[in-house]
Amino acid sequence: MEFFTISLLNGVSYGLLLFMLSSGLTLIFSMMGVLNFAHASFYMLGAYFAYSTTQLVGYWPALFLAPLLVAVLGASFEKFCLRRVHKFGHVPELLITFGLSFLIVEMVQLVWGTSSVDYRVPAELSGPLFTIFGTQFPTYRGFMMLVALSMLLSIWLLLTRTRIGLIIQAALTHPDMAQALGHNVPRVFMLVFGGGAALAGLAGVIGGNAFVTEPGMAATVGSVIFVVVVVGGMGSLSGAFVASLLIGIIQTFAVGVDSSLMSVASTLGLQITPQTFGFALWKLKISQIAPILPYLFLVLILIFRPKGLLGTREG
Amino acid sequence: MSLHQKSQPHKVSRTVVWASFAVILLLAPLLFTSSLSHTMLSQMGIAIIVCLSYNILLGQGGMLSFGHAVYSGMGGFLAIHTLNLVSDGKLPLPVSLIPIVGGFSALLIAVVLGWVTTKKSATPFAMITLGIGELVWSMSLMFPEFFGGEGGISGDRVTGSKPFGITFGPQIQIYYLIAIYTFICTAAMFAFTRTPLGRMLNAVRDNAERVEFVGFDPRRVRYLSFIIAAFFAGISGGLAALNFEIATSEVVSGARSGAYLLFTFLGGGAFFFGPIIGAVLMVLAFVLLSELTKAWLLYLGLVFLFMVMFAPGGIASLIAMNLRVAAFGRLRELWANYLVLAVTSVIVLLGAAGMIEMTYHLKLNEALGPKLVYLGMSLDAKGTSSWVGCALVMLVGLVSFELARRRFIKKWSAIQEFIATEIQRREAM
Repeated sequence: MEFFTISLLNGVSYGLLLFMLSSGLTLIFSMMGVLNFAHASFYMLGAYFAYSTTQLVGYWPALFLAPLLVAVLGASFEKFCLRRVHKFGHVPELLITFGLSFLIVEMVQLVWGTSSVDYRVPAELSGPLFTIFGTQFPTYRGFMMLVALSMLLSIWLLLTRTRIGLIIQAALTHPDMAQALGHNVPRVFMLVFGGGAALAGLAGVIGGNAFVTEPGMAATVGSVIFVVVVVGGMGSLSGAFVASLLIGIIQTFAVGVDSSLMSVASTLGLQITPQTFGFALWKLKISQIAPILPYLFLVLILIFRPKGLLGTREG
Repeated sequence: MSLHQKSQPHKVSRTVVWASFAVILLLAPLLFTSSLSHTMLSQMGIAIIVCLSYNILLGQGGMLSFGHAVYSGMGGFLAIHTLNLVSDGKLPLPVSLIPIVGGFSALLIAVVLGWVTTKKSATPFAMITLGIGELVWSMSLMFPEFFGGEGGISGDRVTGSKPFGITFGPQIQIYYLIAIYTFICTAAMFAFTRTPLGRMLNAVRDNAERVEFVGFDPRRVRYLSFIIAAFFAGISGGLAALNFEIATSEVVSGARSGAYLLFTFLGGGAFFFGPIIGAVLMVLAFVLLSELTKAWLLYLGLVFLFMVMFAPGGIASLIAMNLRVAAFGRLRELWANYLVLAVTSVIVLLGAAGMIEMTYHLKLNEALGPKLVYLGMSLDAKGTSSWVGCALVMLVGLVSFELARRRFIKKWSAIQEFIATEIQRREAM
């Protein structure tokens, strides 16, 4: 029970972090048809910017400044690079974001070095929030969940309750019509791209110190959020939400489970020895296969439900 | 339409092209005799096969894969295991056929994984290949029995029967084995583009919906082509395993897949010969450029970004455009412009590279002091004069490049207009 509750809480907070990343990715994808390969790089930049600005002005201003900086970078990338490639089609668009992710990693290593930086949780948020079954739940995890949920709420309000949200929705489905009505659709695209980058940056600010801030962090979450987007259904925001939580929880639980097929078999009375066929597979612990679970999940979803959990279109 | 334009104006006989390709493969190690160049030539042959096989997906099928290294890498692993079986005397197979084992094992893996992958096209396809690439890569660390963990699996290619005294011990012998495979695989992949399946693959790339209306299943076309691409990737993986006598988990990594993508694109996916250029560049970059400068990944990324933005057809399309101009006899007028463009861009590069090198020097070699040698000059990474000098050089280069570019564009579009009217005139005749 103790393991279950703690893992669930950790899983939900990790899942919410994944959602902060995948929501921006999904928004950009459903709007512009561009799969932003550099999305996780913006997450990394957010963490590094936060590390540097925290040293200058402290954590709380950094919480706003770092995403803002990432947003400016993202928007100018859209304006000066992505827009130029748009006429060549989707593959060059994907390629240019791939090139950007390449450059960002190289730049980050150049500026902040190749090892991890000491980006810490601020003093007022460190320590336990509450104790449950004798295990402490860190305040910072709670803070992460709070930020993610309030962000979720504000995106939802922005998209459904404001005028700009209405225009974004219109440009999402009928870009030509929105343009004909006098809205500057390229600027809307730029804002959405910048906004998506800012969300990734914010995730980096709160995720960078909860986990590790290092040049490999983009690659670590990068492929997982792609899995989230495919599993949830391409372009579906609610699907991304469900898939993020699911994958976050699955992964957190798997890391904590120490049993293997061999132990399951031995409780059933089967004897597994190193001579048994496929011993390498039998002896694998669930915690060992945790890193590949999202991808296995992806393959299963593709076989049994190709449009994703909540997706509507089959591409 | 565009296909016709490509092949019509400069109709060099196809036999001449293939014969010269064979002669180049044959003579290259005799012209470049150092052992470094033999190693590089061997790697180039391997890279040519894998980039061409990647281009079956990217250029001919419009499928952007981020996991092609899975197939070349798995081919490599199975090849090295086969090699070890041969060494143990358990399998009577000549070493020269081991790459084919790699090819068929990659083919089998693609039959399974490709079935899932090719369910989708376009962007979802790209994401799934990425996911499957990650899956295989993480598995490679999970099963040290098969993948050899951190150290990888090593083998010894000097084993088995030795026909005509060929042991594959010296690099030159393995080079000629690779060269033979390169020639056959290149020819086979070119032949593939001419088969009905290869043509349907182009159709699926251009308009999958119409293909469906005509009565073909685009998924099936993608699936079959994917398997064929994996087969050739596996052969190249097997050759690499023979060449290096080791396979580590790095060969299935996402970084490796990314390199295939990057260089196939740089070479140019729209033309059959584009990836060959890309493969040669890949080996040059990985072996020479990485020796030359610490910042080589940054340069590579920048080049890639600029190519995507300004020449999305890669180097091959630049060549083809100029061949077209030459076919209409107007290339001669452009020589002066090209010369000016080249000189000015070299000036820009000089200044920019100076600054990049100084930054890297400050970051990586701080203990050695602020002085560094750059192209024979001594720069002071902490002195203002070096920075101002480099910036000035770059600025002068940029301004003159821009001026030259404007003039070039004017001339270029005039020539293109001339060609367009000329084609109309000829058609009317």
